[in-house]
Amino acid sequence: MTSYQNNIAITPQLVADHGLKPDEFDKIVALIGRQPTYTELGIFSAMWNEHCSYKSSKKWLKTLPTSGPRVIQGPGENAGVVDIGDGQAVVFKMESHNHPSYIEPYQGAATGVGGILRDVFTMGARPVAAMNALRFGSPDHEKTRHLVSGVVAGVGGYGNAFGVPTVGGEVEFDERYNGNILVNAFAAGLADTDKIFYSEAKGVGLPVVYLGAKTGRDGVGGATMASAEFGDDIEEKRPTVQVGDPFTEKRLLEACLELMQTGAVIAIQDMGAAGLTCSAVEMGAKGDLGIELDLDKVPVREVQMTPYEMMLSESQERMLMVLHPEKEAVARAVFEKWELDFATVGKTTDDLRFRVMWQGAEVANLPIKELGDEAPEYDRPWTEPKTPAPLASGDVPQMGVADALLKLMGSHQIASRRWVYEQYDTLIQGNSLQRPGGDAGVIRVEGHTSKALAFSSDVTPRYCEADPYEGGKQAVAECWRNLTATGAEPLAATDNLNFGNPERPEIMGQLVHAIKGIGEACTALDFPIVSGNVSLYNETNGRGILPTPTIGGVGLLPDWNKMARIGFAGADQVILLVGAPASRGTHLGQSVYLRDLFGRKDGPAPHVDLAHEKRTGDFVRNLIRSGVATACHDLSDGGLAVGLAEMAVASGIGATITDLEDQNPILQYFGEDQGRYLVTVDLDPQGEALAALWRDAEAAGVFAPWIGTTGGPDLVLGAARPVPVAALKAAHEGWFPSYMDGVAA
Amino acid sequence: MKSAVIVFPGLNRDRDMIAALTKVSGTAPTTVWHQDADLPDDVDLIVIPGGFSYGDYLRCGAIAARSPIMDKVRERAARGVKVLGVCNGFQILIEAGLLPGALMRNMSLKFVCREVKLEVVNADTAFTRGYSQGQVFRCPVAHHDGNYFADAETIARLEGNGQVAFRYAEGTNPNGSINDIAGIFNEQKNVLGLMPHPENLIEAAHGGDDGRALFSGLLGQAA
Repeated sequence: MTSYQNNIAITPQLVADHGLKPDEFDKIVALIGRQPTYTELGIFSAMWNEHCSYKSSKKWLKTLPTSGPRVIQGPGENAGVVDIGDGQAVVFKMESHNHPSYIEPYQGAATGVGGILRDVFTMGARPVAAMNALRFGSPDHEKTRHLVSGVVAGVGGYGNAFGVPTVGGEVEFDERYNGNILVNAFAAGLADTDKIFYSEAKGVGLPVVYLGAKTGRDGVGGATMASAEFGDDIEEKRPTVQVGDPFTEKRLLEACLELMQTGAVIAIQDMGAAGLTCSAVEMGAKGDLGIELDLDKVPVREVQMTPYEMMLSESQERMLMVLHPEKEAVARAVFEKWELDFATVGKTTDDLRFRVMWQGAEVANLPIKELGDEAPEYDRPWTEPKTPAPLASGDVPQMGVADALLKLMGSHQIASRRWVYEQYDTLIQGNSLQRPGGDAGVIRVEGHTSKALAFSSDVTPRYCEADPYEGGKQAVAECWRNLTATGAEPLAATDNLNFGNPERPEIMGQLVHAIKGIGEACTALDFPIVSGNVSLYNETNGRGILPTPTIGGVGLLPDWNKMARIGFAGADQVILLVGAPASRGTHLGQSVYLRDLFGRKDGPAPHVDLAHEKRTGDFVRNLIRSGVATACHDLSDGGLAVGLAEMAVASGIGATITDLEDQNPILQYFGEDQGRYLVTVDLDPQGEALAALWRDAEAAGVFAPWIGTTGGPDLVLGAARPVPVAALKAAHEGWFPSYMDGVAA
Repeated sequence: MKSAVIVFPGLNRDRDMIAALTKVSGTAPTTVWHQDADLPDDVDLIVIPGGFSYGDYLRCGAIAARSPIMDKVRERAARGVKVLGVCNGFQILIEAGLLPGALMRNMSLKFVCREVKLEVVNADTAFTRGYSQGQVFRCPVAHHDGNYFADAETIARLEGNGQVAFRYAEGTNPNGSINDIAGIFNEQKNVLGLMPHPENLIEAAHGGDDGRALFSGLLGQAA
């Protein structure tokens, strides 16, 4: 019985269950001139869902800057590729695994890490760094601890076993993620610029080879699930989550890199969302070729799998390649050595059809180009976001500066993430120069005497909620700033856009404006977007998440001996607040001071002046590279006070800051004005060297006032009560472990 | 001194270990794939690096320990060839019966990657001669199953025979190991297993070189 399930009646309900709208189904019928078979319906649903087709976001994504002198490959491949000189390239991307991680936190997060690593080594790059941007619900929500613990264990479980250092990331809590957490996984790898592998198939009649793990029923319909909102039936979706096997992935990495050395590979595509379907169609469509698959050849780990299941399985650790036929034996030997499956499952054809055979019958026969290119593209209606009114003048709720600082250092927003990152292997490969806890993670480039790469992942969702445009700009600027604060030249970025239901005009408005802000910032800062991912429908029971366009950036350090860290380097050093406005700090709207100490979420997001951002960052980078800066930290959440406290805690060295007269201390110390860095220099305050620095700053249009001096056991913020660094450290280190032990909330 | 690094599928600190041996001795070690028939004839040091051999499925090190190449390692060890197992390598040596005791899941039940302090308990061996007796040095750990345990009699024997190589010092025991044990020798002191990763702290880029003396002591003395 070869047609047992393929003759299943295609009812409107079945179409709806596949996440396809009636007009989308009509388009399918018009395209192929008949009713699709059951398997074909599955294939269309996989190719045309939001996750794979970007149908709501494509129009706007096209506006982003994606090229630059160093960009070798922009969006559209498995990952972006950027030249780092000496014939080497960094290959990187960030991708979400939000829905699966909420349903099954360990496996959801683990396979998110696995998927992004595969994207990187598919292109011929050995992964050298990973990051994870995690967003959870309110700390006091009943599911949060369970999700934090499962996601962190899953990220570690996969990345640690695979053997890539996790060098950075983000962890944030907000009630708006209560029913829909975010797990955004980033990976970067190194490759030789002349050995990058792409997904475009070339040549007719060549073998299409399946590699890696066997196909099971896990993840069937996963990409469709990821493109729907959650309701209360969420527990029923557990079977759509894939199961990760990092041991197989590690072997797949070694086998793929070994195989690529043999010259056998013409095209390669990993099987991610919608597995065999997406990978085969992508390879064929890119190369203007048809693909014929024989499902009887596909290695399976379960009996009686239907063609529908095989085409939609999201079993992990699988690859599809087009190989030079004369090298097939060499290729097979490599995979046998690593004890991985190797099966020729099809061939390229010249008829532009995607043909799927099973038990001698043709179960699908579709036009391959149209499957991807003709996916619906929507210009969804959107509304102008309403931005909050400015705070009334003089509306500065008061609290003692020392008390406020101690509270913030021990708050869920600012507290150390050590509990999280100590579960990640941060030093494997032996190249980690800066591990999590600083502004950016830094690894040295193996095989080069002095070159290093910096990585940072950033977004401030509360700013994006208040003002998606400024928030989008801020996410890019913050990332660029964190890279700069190590001394790195920011090269390029990947974006992971997490939003709610785009069919609601106000959500679409957030997306449109965030992308506009991101685009403007990337252009102004020469920081192109070279890869990315869009995750929409992040809603539960009609309530959307905070708009969260995560930016993952990569920077290049020519010489890591001249790299800055956040810890104060010694006592009696001059502290400069580079990029400060005349009154040091002014902006309290959407600050953590207001939100976490007064429960207020009002006021506008801080404005990002991109020209100011650029000249300030360039000035700071020069200070670091010339060896003048002894430490550097950019200011973000919690403003100047928290920035100083973090530098003190990282080093165990205190500091004394002089108040600016006639300026409210709360605005000075807790305002979240953008484009500011703390830089220390070991120069005589009265000496010529510092005077020269200030002359340079003035020439560059950068204000860099001397605000205080390092040293002593306390952090003394002007007239405020001195706070022992040990007390700041205790608050900073204390929150996470006690929260996870169930003490704090 | 000629060294060989054995690679099982799933190990992932093989490259770190090869880099450390190469940087300290100036010569790259021979890499032995687990399916190779034998070890090089003239090898003086066999190293099993860290990672997740066979995914740590079943039990850490259990599958690799039953690989045929481990018979060869046992033969060489019996002839006095030095054998070093780090992290998963330590787990494999225990599972292979080359070292006593067991490595249980960390007391926290979590993977832990951080820097600890190690005390050199016995500096009078080929492995530890680069350190002084009682010296305390920095070293990173990165493992999920490093909680060393053995029965009281075995512990007494290890302590009595100078078979404890390293102890976690200054309250830095990261996993709940009995007697703060971080690494042990066999009776003949030619086999060492330890959980921490000295290979990840051998140069300025690592933020220090406290781990280097293990390799320089080991590789220098028979070169």
